[in-house]
Amino acid sequence: MNELLKVDNLKKYFPVNVGSISQKKIVDLKAVDGVSFELEQGEILALVGESGSGKSTTAYTIIGLYKATEGKIYFKGMDISMEVNQRPLSLKKEIQIVFQDPGTSLNPQRTVRQILELPLRVHKIGPKRNINEKIEELLKTVELPVDYMFKYPRMIGGGERQMVAIARALATNPSLVILDEPTSALDVSIQAKIINMLLKLQKDYKLSYLFITHDLSLMRNVATRTAIMYLGKINEIAPTQELFANPLHPYTQMLLSSIPVVTEKERSLKPKKITSIGEIPSPVNPPPGCGFHPRCPFKFELCLENDPQPVEVAPGHFVRCFLYKNQTKGGF
Amino acid sequence: MAELLLNIKDLRAGYKVYGGLLKVLDGINLKVNKGERIGIVGETGSGKTTTAKAILRILPRTARIFGGEIFFQNKDVLKMSKSELSVLRGQGISMIFQDPTASLNPVFTVGSIISDVIRYSRTLSSSNKSSQIKETAIDAFKSASLPDANRLLTNYPFQLSGGMRQRVCIAMALATARDLLIADEPTTNLDVTIQDQVLRLIKELVDKKNTSLILITHSLGVASEMTDRIYVMYAGTIVEQAKTQDLFENPYHPYTHALLSCIPKLTGEGIAPGIPGRMPNYLNPPQGCRFAPRCPRVLPICEKEKPPLIEVEPGHEVACFLFTRK
Repeated sequence: MNELLKVDNLKKYFPVNVGSISQKKIVDLKAVDGVSFELEQGEILALVGESGSGKSTTAYTIIGLYKATEGKIYFKGMDISMEVNQRPLSLKKEIQIVFQDPGTSLNPQRTVRQILELPLRVHKIGPKRNINEKIEELLKTVELPVDYMFKYPRMIGGGERQMVAIARALATNPSLVILDEPTSALDVSIQAKIINMLLKLQKDYKLSYLFITHDLSLMRNVATRTAIMYLGKINEIAPTQELFANPLHPYTQMLLSSIPVVTEKERSLKPKKITSIGEIPSPVNPPPGCGFHPRCPFKFELCLENDPQPVEVAPGHFVRCFLYKNQTKGGF
Repeated sequence: MAELLLNIKDLRAGYKVYGGLLKVLDGINLKVNKGERIGIVGETGSGKTTTAKAILRILPRTARIFGGEIFFQNKDVLKMSKSELSVLRGQGISMIFQDPTASLNPVFTVGSIISDVIRYSRTLSSSNKSSQIKETAIDAFKSASLPDANRLLTNYPFQLSGGMRQRVCIAMALATARDLLIADEPTTNLDVTIQDQVLRLIKELVDKKNTSLILITHSLGVASEMTDRIYVMYAGTIVEQAKTQDLFENPYHPYTHALLSCIPKLTGEGIAPGIPGRMPNYLNPPQGCRFAPRCPRVLPICEKEKPPLIEVEPGHEVACFLFTRK
């Protein structure tokens, strides 16, 4: 096992005012509430959840945009729980991120060349004189024409902009790339192109990806392991094939049964016993007990008051639900 | 034979911009029968929304209609007077937009927005009493399975979640009887579990009221779950039209093939490499088939002439020269 990233009981709370302007009442918005997982070298780990489930907050805390309220983040065994401005340059180089919307994550006032030049200069990569060569090489890795160097982001298509954002992330030769919904703003034909490129780059450069998304069918085709998040917690985590063949948590089943599909073969893979009801509750005022109980068709008394702990039902398959008992350790 | 409700014939439309005319729609032919649910599927910028807005004559000022006819209940929408249009929008066709946040005015309560819709639909008897309007509004909310309808009337849009807002829009669109509902990407901004709920609601309501539905979406999955028949659009043209099941089981057009292979499937068979190139510039679109520059099976004729929409199987039409010769 070659562990690259380890997140241990990560919590991130944001103070919010639920009172009025004159009578402030500050409470914690528990965006991430005790998330633990490991990411191995060369793995693609998917973090899937609805909006408000805390998947992006988890990513931003790992990269250091937020300071963790509690819990630890380890990268190659080193504690990196501090904010990004306290991290050494050599560490920043190792972890890069690609944001969802390339329209807003690329500076509209800079040319593609300037955008790609910045990480090279900051991290002193390549010869100073001949920085153009390195930029050309980067554009070639993402299969963009070299003359795109002189274009502004607004002059190129959405998919191509995302390619530039990917090239920027690769400029520092990172070992972990966090992909925060990199294709959800794009059409499927462009998504297909970008995903194939990301998979190729992952193999060529032995990258590890933390892939944040809400698209389960995409992850079925991409991820090595998949984690399902709900209300700041991981409800189920398993190797992708295992998770889709044997979804255990009622929420995972609800998600899977909600996916619109096109073929009968796919339809037969969806769990049928569960229909989607209700909405994700506000993390300012989460329900007591298991966060999913208001929407869960299988809830019983225990769920209303107690929060379940993850149990390992099969090797590497963890579920956080009272319906399941530990089957590998003890149990019987 | 099913009764024809909407019949679009050779619609050509576009936008005037600095630098010329964007020739977007290039001869759209589309039919909707009474009680039928059809889907218009295509990528961003393929002209789906332009088509929908043309039907209601709510295109922005820069838009130009170059030709064609839109018959709704045997009347040409493009030739209607202002008062006829107001009846059309009040009683004939209603529309749900993509972004429920942008389509609900933030300074009015939900109750006052829906009351206006009911009042101006002119379907109530002449008395138009406010109590009657309120009753209709509450009924509409209830049928859209919105809880606590009475309190909801006094809420502002920002107090509701995205899924609730879209449900309010659906309730508004179907508060009074309509013949046709146009839903323009109604679930694109919603999470998958909420999308499932909203789609089920639309399906249930249009079936119950025998309303026809035009569902505009970029998601083939959504179209497959919701519709009886699908039109596939590419760059302002209809490239294929078929019954939903036929389209997915037996697609003809190279673009439909490519699009289908690009969607990630639950079976985990991997993802096709995508479609090379990008959509043509509408200022200067290709002379022949608009898909020709990206088509893997392009013929010499494709670059010169526009392929007509021809029937390859009963009820299955394709616009492609590969299938014109028997």
